[in-house]
Amino acid sequence: MKRRQIGLAVLSAAALALSACSAGSLGSSDEDSGGGKVTLSFLTDNQPETVKIAEGLAKDFTAKNPDITINVETRPQGTEGDNVVKTRLSTGDMTDIFMYNSGSLMQALAPQKNLTAVDEFADKLDDNFKKSVGSDGKIYGVPFGNYMAGAILYNKEVYDKNGLKVPTTWDEFMSNNAKLKAAGVDPVIQTYGETWTSQLFILGDYYNVEASTPGWADQYTKNQAKYATTPAAKAGFDHLQEVHDQGYVNKDFASAKLTDGLNKLAKGEGAQYPILSAMLSQLIADNPGTENKIGLFAIPGTDAAKNGLTVWAPNGLYIPSSTTGDKLAAAKKFLGFVASPEGCESLGKASQPTGPYAVSGCKLPDSVPQAVKDMQTYIDKPGASGLALEFLSPVKGPALEQICVEVGSGIRKSDAAAKLYDEDVKKQAQQLGLEGW
Amino acid sequence: MKSRNPALSIVAILLSIVVFLVPFAFILLTAAKNRQEASRLDFTWPTQFQFVQNFVDVVQARDYMLIIAFINSTILTVASVTIMVVLAAMVAFVLQRRRTRWTGLVNFLVLSGLIIPPAVVPTIWVLQKLGLFRTMPGLILVEVAFGLSFCILLFRAFIATIPRELDEAAIIDGAGPLRLFFRVVLPLLKSVIITCVVVQSVTVFNDFVNPLYFLPGDQNATVQLTLYNFSSSYSTQYNLLFMDILLITIPPLIMFLFFNKRIVAGMTAGAIKG
Amino acid sequence: MEARPRTSVAGPVSSGRKKSPYSSWFYLPAAIVYAVLFLVPTVTSFYFSLTRWSIFDSQFIGFDNYVTFFREPALVSGLWHTVVYAVITSGLKVVLGLGLAVLLTSQIIGRGYLRSVVFFPVLVSTIGVGLTFTILMDPEDGLINESLSLLGIQGPGWLTDPSYALLSVALVDVWKGVGLATLIYIAGIVSIPQEYFEAARVDGATAWQNFRSIVLPLARPATFTVILLSLIGGLRSFDLIWAMTRGGPGFTSDVIASVIYKQYQAGFYGLSTAGNVVLFLLVTAIIFPLSRYLNSREVDL
Repeated sequence: MKRRQIGLAVLSAAALALSACSAGSLGSSDEDSGGGKVTLSFLTDNQPETVKIAEGLAKDFTAKNPDITINVETRPQGTEGDNVVKTRLSTGDMTDIFMYNSGSLMQALAPQKNLTAVDEFADKLDDNFKKSVGSDGKIYGVPFGNYMAGAILYNKEVYDKNGLKVPTTWDEFMSNNAKLKAAGVDPVIQTYGETWTSQLFILGDYYNVEASTPGWADQYTKNQAKYATTPAAKAGFDHLQEVHDQGYVNKDFASAKLTDGLNKLAKGEGAQYPILSAMLSQLIADNPGTENKIGLFAIPGTDAAKNGLTVWAPNGLYIPSSTTGDKLAAAKKFLGFVASPEGCESLGKASQPTGPYAVSGCKLPDSVPQAVKDMQTYIDKPGASGLALEFLSPVKGPALEQICVEVGSGIRKSDAAAKLYDEDVKKQAQQLGLEGW
Repeated sequence: MKSRNPALSIVAILLSIVVFLVPFAFILLTAAKNRQEASRLDFTWPTQFQFVQNFVDVVQARDYMLIIAFINSTILTVASVTIMVVLAAMVAFVLQRRRTRWTGLVNFLVLSGLIIPPAVVPTIWVLQKLGLFRTMPGLILVEVAFGLSFCILLFRAFIATIPRELDEAAIIDGAGPLRLFFRVVLPLLKSVIITCVVVQSVTVFNDFVNPLYFLPGDQNATVQLTLYNFSSSYSTQYNLLFMDILLITIPPLIMFLFFNKRIVAGMTAGAIKG
Repeated sequence: MEARPRTSVAGPVSSGRKKSPYSSWFYLPAAIVYAVLFLVPTVTSFYFSLTRWSIFDSQFIGFDNYVTFFREPALVSGLWHTVVYAVITSGLKVVLGLGLAVLLTSQIIGRGYLRSVVFFPVLVSTIGVGLTFTILMDPEDGLINESLSLLGIQGPGWLTDPSYALLSVALVDVWKGVGLATLIYIAGIVSIPQEYFEAARVDGATAWQNFRSIVLPLARPATFTVILLSLIGGLRSFDLIWAMTRGGPGFTSDVIASVIYKQYQAGFYGLSTAGNVVLFLLVTAIIFPLSRYLNSREVDL
């Protein structure tokens, strides 16, 4: 009796173990049902705006191609998500299409080995984007989203009320901060509840590094230039420390999250927020009517004459080499749709566009938020914008966000932090097998 | 040994409410609030109850992810605990009953399994070679491997209390090793099996690290991973986050209500013997 | 290792008996699972920790990973934090667990309720507990600091102040785990023969004398169990720290287990495995001698 029961338990457990449930197996999704119908899986990160865009693209594409259905899956953001992408690629069970960063993170995926080249879309894409999804003369992705800037978003009403002008040098920025603090507004918003937001003073400062030492990225890749020994590069860490030491940050900087920071800025509790301009769409979605209240300026450097904006290329959509046959054809069709004016339109419908498109033939609508207009001004002026370091060099250390949090919280001084980051980067360069490390 | 001490009792009960009950009450109350109210993080009575609404929202979120996670966690827990208990009982039985030159080594390995932290990436490497990485059977076997030691120790202590005469009587009746174990010994282990099942079920159900490493990704997440992932996407919707926490607390609560006495009895029996 | 069960199946090892009713092949299924998924990874980790290991290939680099590990302040501080965390949680669990156990074995009103409520957190999901306390410990709006401010106390940034973060997580760990320590102590105290207490009463001993000269020495095996279990748990701790601070702010609450995970995330598999080996050595260096020492003391009793 007992024996039979246990035997049964083992058997049923084994039967259950054969198949784990997977997302989408309940609810709305259909499996492939023959008849030329193809279902594609599409992995994207779980930021609400990203999911909206991904689902919007999938829906609009299926409306045009009823034979192809696309299921959106999500993964965490940040390093956790990087890891999911890497392990899924290495075990060959990546989704049929996936969204991922362009630039150094994409290079770390070993594109020649793991991704399918999509050169047929090359003539539809702009040069900067092609550089950031290219490897060995081939391109591997199409843009998912818009160009963005790593810059300072500011509340124009607060600026006007205090009679402030947009700063073009760091000193002007700091004197603005002094006035803002005297007026009882938090001059600079920091949100270390989400650690990645701490890096903007360093990453968004790259235009200034390149302006003072042209070709720094190349030297950096070759292990000839260091953050700790290049004053212009170390300046980012110094700035972060100054802002903290002067008490210019919001009181709850250590626990606040991105959403808190955006809301503070929108409500005028804080005046300036160094962040990626793409976060503007969430700000506007959560605080209707702020389109023209929020402006943008580049992170200022030492020289007003060389003031310019650090720009991020859009994320890319990629096809892993594990996608083959009908699915590959369908996946390429989807990428073609995304890299077309129709795709851009679908994108703009799902989420407020917050920067120029990387697809030729796509135009921003006339009524864009003020901050996007400000961004466009930099981009239209020759030489006043440049790509961020991660698009110019494959070297990027994984611990930068924690190091920045330390500097911004007064735990570590900027000199030590720059040195520590140089060490952190070394591991990455060695892992990639770069020469000279 | 001591007389009742009302003052001490009252202090203890009050303290227990503040320290242990308030956090659970906070979970319960926040899970019933609407989004704005929950975001204030206050310990207040909800002005309007939206318990059912929040429940429905959490369950429906992301294509019924939570339901899938519960199914996955159930499969994981049932399968790994069943295998673990049977295998551990077999080892403990032979280990306790028969001394060979292997006994010392086996004892050492069992203790090591309890103490040594598993090597994560090499385990992934092995699973990949076997084609079991990112699969449910792979994770089940990992849970079995990591949980065996604890069960073996528990069973061995208990089997030592079963008189050998019982075995011998069965052997004289002509029982082979299999029959001896499954028909004679295993039924006698009932109480310790229940302890082991309860403890390991709670452990496996609440396990976060192993699914994180060995079964990553949203599409076959377990409840702990789902909760963890929700915590980033619900960063502004604390009512839903706490509803999720509440739902995940229910299975251990049920275990607790049913087996409270037995867990205590079984664990303490094992604990004294070390 | 894997050869062990096979040889014992091939020929009966013990005495002259032809067939033992306790077949060695009973070891086999467990041995296979254990060997493949626990022993092989543990043994190979020593090799892999000496390599630069990416998804696809590994390259032997000697002790570079260990050099990196011990040179980077962010990593080496994890080692220190691990020890601090384990000692604090283990110490508090011993003290509080013993105190609660004495309280809960005395004739107190609501004893059943108190035992349940102290034990229940042991069964609750660590991630759930971590997320809940992260919110309760919010420096501005959190319940804990709001309550303190009613009493006129300005609460610290529990998880955001570098000097408190690790300690705060350790306190939550104690909150969740003290029930188990209490349970073990209750078992230890209940098993003390009543004659001791009766003899003490005849001698007119106070409650404190009872505790000092009866409970404390006779509950020693329970103390050893609590110390060993909580140290093992504390040294390997990851879930709670990851759910609450992810090692932050900066690296101030990083422990070895979270360092291992971060290096794994970053794709530094060799370095991550080196961290694993360091943890292995730390745990064995502390636990094996300690358990030997405690066991020898136990025999003395």
